Formats: sequence, C-alpha cells, structure tokens
Amino acid sequence: MTDATPVPQGLPMERQCPFSPPRGLVELRDQRPVSRMTYPDGHEGWLVTGHAQAREVLANPRFSSRGDLARAPIPTGPMAEGTRRFIPRGALTRMDPPEHTRYRRLLTGEFTVRRMRLLEPMIQGIVDHQLDLMAGGDQPADLVADFALPVPSLVICALLGVPTTDRPLFERETRTLFSLDTPVEDRNDALRSLGAYLGRLVADKRANPEDDLLSDLVAGGQLDDEELATMGMVLLVAGHETTANMLAHGVFALLRHPDQLALLRSDPALLPNAVEELLRYLSVIHVGPIRTALDDIELNGQLIRAGDSVTVSVPAANWDPTRFPEPDRLDITRRSTSHLAFGHGIHQCLGQQLARVEMRIGFGSLLGRFPGLRLAVEPDAVPLRSDMGIYGVHQLPVAW
Amino acid sequence: MSPVRVAVDRERCCAAGMCALVAPATFSQDDEDGRVVVLEDRPPEGERASVAEAAAICPCGVISLLE
Repeated sequence: MTDATPVPQGLPMERQCPFSPPRGLVELRDQRPVSRMTYPDGHEGWLVTGHAQAREVLANPRFSSRGDLARAPIPTGPMAEGTRRFIPRGALTRMDPPEHTRYRRLLTGEFTVRRMRLLEPMIQGIVDHQLDLMAGGDQPADLVADFALPVPSLVICALLGVPTTDRPLFERETRTLFSLDTPVEDRNDALRSLGAYLGRLVADKRANPEDDLLSDLVAGGQLDDEELATMGMVLLVAGHETTANMLAHGVFALLRHPDQLALLRSDPALLPNAVEELLRYLSVIHVGPIRTALDDIELNGQLIRAGDSVTVSVPAANWDPTRFPEPDRLDITRRSTSHLAFGHGIHQCLGQQLARVEMRIGFGSLLGRFPGLRLAVEPDAVPLRSDMGIYGVHQLPVAW
Repeated sequence: MSPVRVAVDRERCCAAGMCALVAPATFSQDDEDGRVVVLEDRPPEGERASVAEAAAICPCGVISLLE
C-alpha cells in the first residue's frame, strides 16, 4: 500500500471541532474506505469508514455481532478481555440469529411507528413539565441536566414501568458503563448493580403486574427472569443515554448554525427532516458497531479473513461525500434518511421510532418555548464527551 | 420508469419501521411483531418516490419494486 495515511493504531478519536468526525477518520476514508487497523490487543483487523462499505458490512450476517468474538477498537484495560466473552442470555445486541431473532421479535411489536405515535401525548407532557421547570429556574440553565437527560429518562421509565424515583441509580450506573475511562472493576460493579436492580424489578412486575412493557414481557411467558432482567437493562440503558445526547448536542449544533435554526423556527414542518439531518450530522455513536467475519469475505476489493475484527465508523460513513455532498454542511432541508446513525441490517436500532418522536417533540417544544435561546458560555467552553462511549456534550449552559 | 408493484419478504423483515415512516400509504407494521404489512401493492402515484426511498433504506433489504 502506497497511501500517505498510515494504518491507524486503534480507532482515531481526536476531534478538531465539536461536530466533525476526527480528522484521522476523514483522511482515512478518503484514501481507504476499508482499511487495516491495528487493534489495541495487537490484532490486525479492519476499520470501515465509507458509507457504502459500512452498509455492506452491517447488512451481511456473515459479519457476526457475537460479543464473545468482538475485539475493542479502543483500549479497554487488561481485565476486559476476560469479561467480554461472557454474554448473558437476553443480550440481543451481542448475538446472531436465530437467538437474536427470537428476542428481537418479542420486542418489535412494542416499538412500531404507530405505537410510538400513541405515546406522543405522554412524551409531550414530560417535555412540557421539564420546560416549565427550566423556565421557572435560574439562568443560565444546564440543558443536559435540566432537559436533555430527564426527558428520555422519564419516557423510558414510563414505557418500561420503572419507578422514576430510581432514576439516580440507573443514570449513575449508565454513566459509569459508558465512560471510556472507567476501570474494568467499576464497569463490572455497575453491570452487577444494574442487573440486580432489574432482577428486583422483574420480580416486582411478576408479583404486581402493571400496564407497562416489562409487565407485558413477564406476562408473555416466553422469557425467564434472567432474560427479562438483561433485556430490561438493554432497553433502559439504550433508551435514555443516546437520545439525551442527541437532544443536547442537537441544540448545540443548531445554536452554532443560526441560519438553520432560523429556518427551522420559520417552518416547523421541517422538523422531521431536521431530526434526520441532525442524526447524520452528529452521529453520536462514535465507537463501533463492531463485527467479526465468520468466513473469508471480499469487501471493497480486499479480503477480510474469517476471524478478523471489523469496526464500522458511523461518523465517518455519515460524512461520506460520495453519499452526502458537502457533508460538513448542516442542511435541515437535505434528505438524510439513508444515514447510519441507527445502524443498518438486522440489529438496526429497535427504539429508533421512539427516539424520533422524542426528538421531534423535544426540539420543537424547546424552541417554541424559548424564542431567545442562546449559549451562556463561549462555544469553546462547552465540555465535549470525547471520553464517553456515546458522544455529545457533558453540559450545555444556556440562557433565554 | 416508476415502480408499479411492491413485494416484500416478511420472513427477513427486522421491523425497524422505516418503510411505514417514509411511505405510510403503502406500508404499515403488524401490531404483534412489527413486521412489514403492505397496504397497497400498487403505490399511489404521489408516493412512488417515497416507496423507492423505503426500498433503498430498508435495513434488511426486504422490499422489491417490480415493473
């Protein structure tokens, strides 16, 4: 290979701007959309940064999602190797068919476009309540703590049937799980604590069923308590942290692109399209998905050997100029639905239609309530989540 | 040429709901398992572009457009 860009040693993570993908990823994509990458454990695997190639990997079931095969593309500490091989029953994101299919089909009926639309009044109520609290509080407010985190957290609590008084527990453990700096022992403690919590909740739902998703799954009788607790944990963790970061980082992006913000304010019908474009532009899933080749597979003229790890970069793929011209331009009128922010293939995000409704109502109502919304600090002072498994901002001080 | 008929492979459908989101007059989802339901296998003229979009972005590639 004669390209100027060397084989990366682990996933390039260093950003030059709060919004654009790391330069190391962009340069690599423009030269080699499928590149060798040296994994932190010394494995010579692959990094996929092109949109078409990323789609191809994620659509091909011979690129396995099995967690026991996956290698981390960023350093995870010496003990991680032993713990990652254990995949609890019900951990559907880290499985292949047919196990994955069985678990997923028990959930997909609960997350349809129609079912999520029925949740709109409940979500609107939560959003309005948070906005009331914010409006009555001091300025500047932290949009993360006061709005972006509580909204999806309260929504997933209502949907699953999790008492909102337990939010401090699962939000804290989720933060520990997603911090890239968390020592492995602390990570395992957080997993154990969440697992025990969900176990208690499942037992409670079995004794006192209510009108919620977790009770429905218990009553369905197709899952044992271990599977129920694991699936409940996956839904709870995936359901709040991702959307929370989209909401806060999305507001940061809009405030830094006043022309787009003005356009959105002048024409709220653009909102669904703006949500798709923000999903593309921000690509908060910035580490993985990770796959492992089960066979020798040719990709983009290269031979991926059975056993090789393949890391897909969502930010790089979503900024691929061959798919999205001028990818660095936030353009809320652009048709962005082919973004890979929710993944692609059989593991594509189960909760994506819920996330869309939350973002539509969240962005729309926030902008409607605060016509003068503005950053309360210099843009450079906004702390970025480069140290977290899901990208975004740690805090977003705003005034109005 | 615009597509004239829609066919789906329900077995491989992963129920992400993208088709029901972008082309709601043509596609819906089963209430039980979320998998694709074709409401109109000959999509209305006004929705043909959306149907083509749904086929292109379907995460499991289960939508075919037949002449």
